[in-house]
Amino acid sequence: MELNRREALKTTGKFILLSGAARVAFDTLRGESVPDADKDKYKAADHWWAMTIDIDKCIGCGKCVEACAAENGVPDGYFRTWVERYRITEDRGVENPLVDSPNGGKNGFPILNDHPDAKSFFVPKLCNHCADSPCVQACPVGATFESPDGVVLVDQKYCIGCRYCIQACPYGCRYLDPRKNVVDKCTLCYHRITKGMVTACVEVCPTASRQLADLKNPNDPVHKFLRENHVEVLKPQLATGAKVFYKDLDGAVR
Amino acid sequence: MRKILKDSEHLLRLVGVFAAGLILFLIIRHAIVPKGFGEFGHYRGPALDDIAARPISFAGHTTCEACHDDQAKTKAAGKHAGLACETCHGPAAAHTEDPTEHAVMKPDPKVLCVRCHEADPARPKSFPQVVSKDHAGDISCIECHKPHSPLP
Amino acid sequence: MHPIPGVDGFMYPNEVELQWSLLIVLYPYITGLVAGAFILASLARVFNVKEVQPTYRLALLTALAFLLVAPLPLQLHLGHPERSIEMYLTPHKTSAMAMFGFVYLWYLLVVLLMEIWLDFRKDIVLMSRSTTGVKRLIYRVLTLGSQNVSEASRRIDDKVGYVITVIGIPSAFLLHGYVGFIFGSVKANPWWSSPLMPVVFLFSAMVSGIAVVMLVYQVVNRLRRQPVDMPCLDAIAKYLFYVFVIDFSLEMLDLVHRIYESDESFRSLDFMVHTRLYFSQVILQIFVGTLFPLVLLGINQVIKLPEVRRRRMYTLAGILTMIGIFAMRWNVVIGGQLFSKSFLGYTTYKVGFAEREGLLPAIVLMLLPLAILWVLLKLLPPWKEQAA
Repeated sequence: MELNRREALKTTGKFILLSGAARVAFDTLRGESVPDADKDKYKAADHWWAMTIDIDKCIGCGKCVEACAAENGVPDGYFRTWVERYRITEDRGVENPLVDSPNGGKNGFPILNDHPDAKSFFVPKLCNHCADSPCVQACPVGATFESPDGVVLVDQKYCIGCRYCIQACPYGCRYLDPRKNVVDKCTLCYHRITKGMVTACVEVCPTASRQLADLKNPNDPVHKFLRENHVEVLKPQLATGAKVFYKDLDGAVR
Repeated sequence: MRKILKDSEHLLRLVGVFAAGLILFLIIRHAIVPKGFGEFGHYRGPALDDIAARPISFAGHTTCEACHDDQAKTKAAGKHAGLACETCHGPAAAHTEDPTEHAVMKPDPKVLCVRCHEADPARPKSFPQVVSKDHAGDISCIECHKPHSPLP
Repeated sequence: MHPIPGVDGFMYPNEVELQWSLLIVLYPYITGLVAGAFILASLARVFNVKEVQPTYRLALLTALAFLLVAPLPLQLHLGHPERSIEMYLTPHKTSAMAMFGFVYLWYLLVVLLMEIWLDFRKDIVLMSRSTTGVKRLIYRVLTLGSQNVSEASRRIDDKVGYVITVIGIPSAFLLHGYVGFIFGSVKANPWWSSPLMPVVFLFSAMVSGIAVVMLVYQVVNRLRRQPVDMPCLDAIAKYLFYVFVIDFSLEMLDLVHRIYESDESFRSLDFMVHTRLYFSQVILQIFVGTLFPLVLLGINQVIKLPEVRRRRMYTLAGILTMIGIFAMRWNVVIGGQLFSKSFLGYTTYKVGFAEREGLLPAIVLMLLPLAILWVLLKLLPPWKEQAA
């Protein structure tokens, strides 16, 4: 038989195709999936983290501050999150509220009855993980940044401790860790949320005032929250793109 | 032309010094800039893994309920249903690793219950709160209220 | 309420401790002296103000002495000074502070060192021939191996030096202006955030720089038992007066604008100026450090007083000016951190003494440039002009 070149090519092609198909069939039969080992691995691009806080639910117990300090090893006297108590009296007016935050609210608040007619409430605060963060803009070396999933983080191996970011943050959420001489702040418990857990503060909040939100998840309750409630961010006039959304935040809150 | 070169020779030497310095800087820079810098933005890409590698202290209530489902069922039927275990019992991740070595904290009712339930004008009116002195005097809260199912 | 020591009213918990200390007050003060001294030198070189020519070389060397010390307060302040090279490796282009390393190097190498080298080159070459030992080695290195000091080469030096001085003027503006921008661009802080900030910093830099050269010139001549060139001193005092008038006007413009607009921050800032910042802002900066020197200098612009009297008034004005401009830096840096961004409270700043960022290192850092200047004057004497 004469080996025709065209016949040879056709046969080779068929052979390659069939062997490829056989390989997949063989693998499937054996139960080995097609290489997809990272199926369960956390993909940053699938998430855009935020937080919602319902002022009407916060009872000022300060458990969130305590839990954050325990989970993240926050040094005494410094705060990644804290709770403020506002008391607004008629004679002082809305522009002059009485505000206190004893030890950041970590041990709860002492009961105060000196202004019984005041409108009072608690406001938990933390890093707002701004989408247009002024602190990230200010860092001279690239030690603080917004992660691809929307969390503003500090690379403590790279931070030089110049503290420009602390000056640039309008919310006072950053501090210099005196043990490591680098800047520290709320990481939105990045080590937890990348493993499918919630942040420590959200975990222990007894009234579910604080909730973790993933804006990229279509099933996340945050979408309903934003649509159906009066929602505000802190210092909106500074256009920071803050991603901590407060329900029913009073105008007196600084 | 040659005369000008001769008279500005010192300037050319200076330019040479600058050029050498610049090249040295570029070499050092190439050697020192950490690997992975610029992967996702103007920062060290591996920093994300560094931060995510932090050990966990709070196990999360679903983990507690996996072993302690009887307490979980009791709690789910009562007013403390929405309360996570570790809110009162503190961080328990170590306990899940080695339950006998790391016991979970049993909170002191005198201190813990009033933390949330002491009457405070700043708390929302709808939240259950009492002036503990008037409500119970010196009696411990858990005499009448079981913590996992608080309504007496 | 649980009072925190030093805090009045409410501050965000992380705001109580000041982040930028006395050393960060010192840094803009020092770079301001550099910029100002250089501008005085450029008056002679570029604007042909012949009267100030006797201070030309002295001004350049003074600028160099202070510039060499300028990074030190920053290094002492950083949490990780060993990582400061990261500013050169991965500068973040959106950060005003990232410019520091490059602007500093540019100004040091391309402007100041080059200009000094070109102007002193002939003397360096001559001294490399006439001295011995270690000194000879230093001079030989400084010649970069070239012994050519012919007329033609010196004419080339002169032309290139002129170009460098011309480039040097906007470079000096940049060296100090960017510091003003570092503060002026922080939208979170209403005491700092202002487009006027770089301009105010620049003019107060010029004031302090001219004053320091004026004082150094008199001290050096006194030490060398040489007479002071009075027309030179009069000219310097005249320029100091004019620049001071502009500086004062800018400061007043900022103040009047704040009072007039009276935005949400005003009440809090006003209270701060009347209490915690009263001594440094109203007494030291405005009265002692600005108005009094302006009067001393201004009188001499209208009446011709006897020489001794004039010299004494200039000296006093110079000293008060330097105090006043230091107070200005203090009021900006420390003042900006004394009030809460909630506008509901204030904290206190206590300067330590023998601490990393305390008073002792600050004093040392202010004396160090004078020591360096002394060495530079020995190495490159501004007044010895040897014949070729």
